[in-house]
Amino acid sequence: MSNKSKYVIIGNGTATVGAVEGIRSVDKNSKITVISKESYKAYCRPLISYFLEGKTNPSKMLYRNEDFYEQNNCTLLLGETAESLDSDSKTVTLKNGDKICYEKLLIASGSSPFIPKFEGIDCVPQYFNFMTLDDAYALEKAVTPQSRVLIAGAGLIGLKCAEGLAKRAGSITIFDLAPKVLSSILDNDSSEIVAKHLENNSIKLLLGDTAVKFDKNKAVMKSGAEIEFDVLVLAVGVKPNTDIFKKAGGQCERGIDVDSSMRTSLPDIFASGDCTESFDISSENVKIMALMPNAYMQGKCAGINMADGESDFSNAIPMNSIGLFGMHIMSAGSYIGDEETVKSKNGIKRFYIKDGLLKGFIIINDTERAGIYTSMIRNKMPIDCVDFDALKQTPTLYSFGKDYCKSKLGGVV
Amino acid sequence: MKRVFVNEEHCIGCHLCEYNCAFANSGLNDMAKLKGKEIFPRIRVEGDDKITFAVSCRHCTDPICIKSCISGALSRNSEGTVEIDRNKCVGCQTCILVCPYGAIRQNGDGAILKCELCLKNDCNEPACVTGCPNRAIVYEER
Repeated sequence: MSNKSKYVIIGNGTATVGAVEGIRSVDKNSKITVISKESYKAYCRPLISYFLEGKTNPSKMLYRNEDFYEQNNCTLLLGETAESLDSDSKTVTLKNGDKICYEKLLIASGSSPFIPKFEGIDCVPQYFNFMTLDDAYALEKAVTPQSRVLIAGAGLIGLKCAEGLAKRAGSITIFDLAPKVLSSILDNDSSEIVAKHLENNSIKLLLGDTAVKFDKNKAVMKSGAEIEFDVLVLAVGVKPNTDIFKKAGGQCERGIDVDSSMRTSLPDIFASGDCTESFDISSENVKIMALMPNAYMQGKCAGINMADGESDFSNAIPMNSIGLFGMHIMSAGSYIGDEETVKSKNGIKRFYIKDGLLKGFIIINDTERAGIYTSMIRNKMPIDCVDFDALKQTPTLYSFGKDYCKSKLGGVV
Repeated sequence: MKRVFVNEEHCIGCHLCEYNCAFANSGLNDMAKLKGKEIFPRIRVEGDDKITFAVSCRHCTDPICIKSCISGALSRNSEGTVEIDRNKCVGCQTCILVCPYGAIRQNGDGAILKCELCLKNDCNEPACVTGCPNRAIVYEER
């Protein structure tokens, strides 16, 4: 079967919703076809840990209203996989053989868990990933109050998985080759605070250690330790889903190369979200920023441009806000330049300043009004135009002076 | 759409807006019952002994909080008001991480709190504006 759709989108996550909203802000009618490997309407992926905790449920986890696709005149192909792409004939071929012709294509294919080649991993009776709602359902089924859970990876996914399972499992142990938790977003001091907090919440940590071998339900560690487990979760990292684009001859490093309009190297093909890599204005490097806010903003930008509007997304920075057992952890930008630290009774703020600009920060617990800092990074606001000594203690608009306040509070922004 | 705007030169820093906001959204029948309680108003007064002004959600035309929300809990209604679905919000604070005005807060670990222009309570217009003695905050089109 072959059919035509002005817009075709591969993937059905956050970037896709952004793209649909972007397209519809310009073009109200032309056909949009969304190809979704998963058999669910777009849901909030990071909420799968809250689902295991019992704090949300699949209907509340929908990213948009139930009728989002109908309202936006989208044809949603659930449980279908895009198999190949021909950029000359502008055709996407599905696994079931169907062909769809597009005028503009968005690749928003997301990322997949990276599965390390641990010796003996294939003999482990059951191991799990923690990326999708189906992963969460599988864990919900597998984990009992007696389960000894072993999680490989003390990054965002591994730690949120631990929190999600904490009340369901008998015990939880996390190991990571890195010597600290959240090694990609925290410095040593803040990482230590988080590690202590996890241990206070009965999470066992084995850091700077990795499995050299799995023997059914036993992990043999590099340190010599042996850990018996019932349920293994692999959360060591993710990799962008770029295969279909690469095979079509598109320019790709680790992620799909996009410019600030989300165009790729192939004509009329755009990409957004976790499958891409893009420019981080805080470090001035191209990197993978697989974060939900960026996915939406990239998707929306792509959608507007696909519909021949004009949009540019050129102030992306890495940023995270996560809660773990009641502790709030925020990070934004890059950790380059001079450090300035503010400690309080409950937490710590650390700022990174270079060339007169705030480049990044890490905050544990004292998160009130932190967006004021984030906006300084995104907008490259010079430090010397604010009272930064006051601001680093307490973020206020007052520190930015009278004119700034007048324009922001006295007019439409 | 009508929004809350600040006439900073009229503000005397009395903090009444904070109490009126907290009360309007408290479900209590008497403001006196707020006494002794920690309040979480969706508007707050900033400044020094000379200049004061009140800050609440700007209901931005292109709200970064909505784009960043990881639970789909923030949205705009047809008028343009930025609303929070407290039932969907998981309290992750991503909106607090991105709001350039520091206009979003949280009480404990629950859903976030933000100004919704008193559209969801019994006030006919924002309680902060109604109760302001000086027209230092106004509700109007600009």
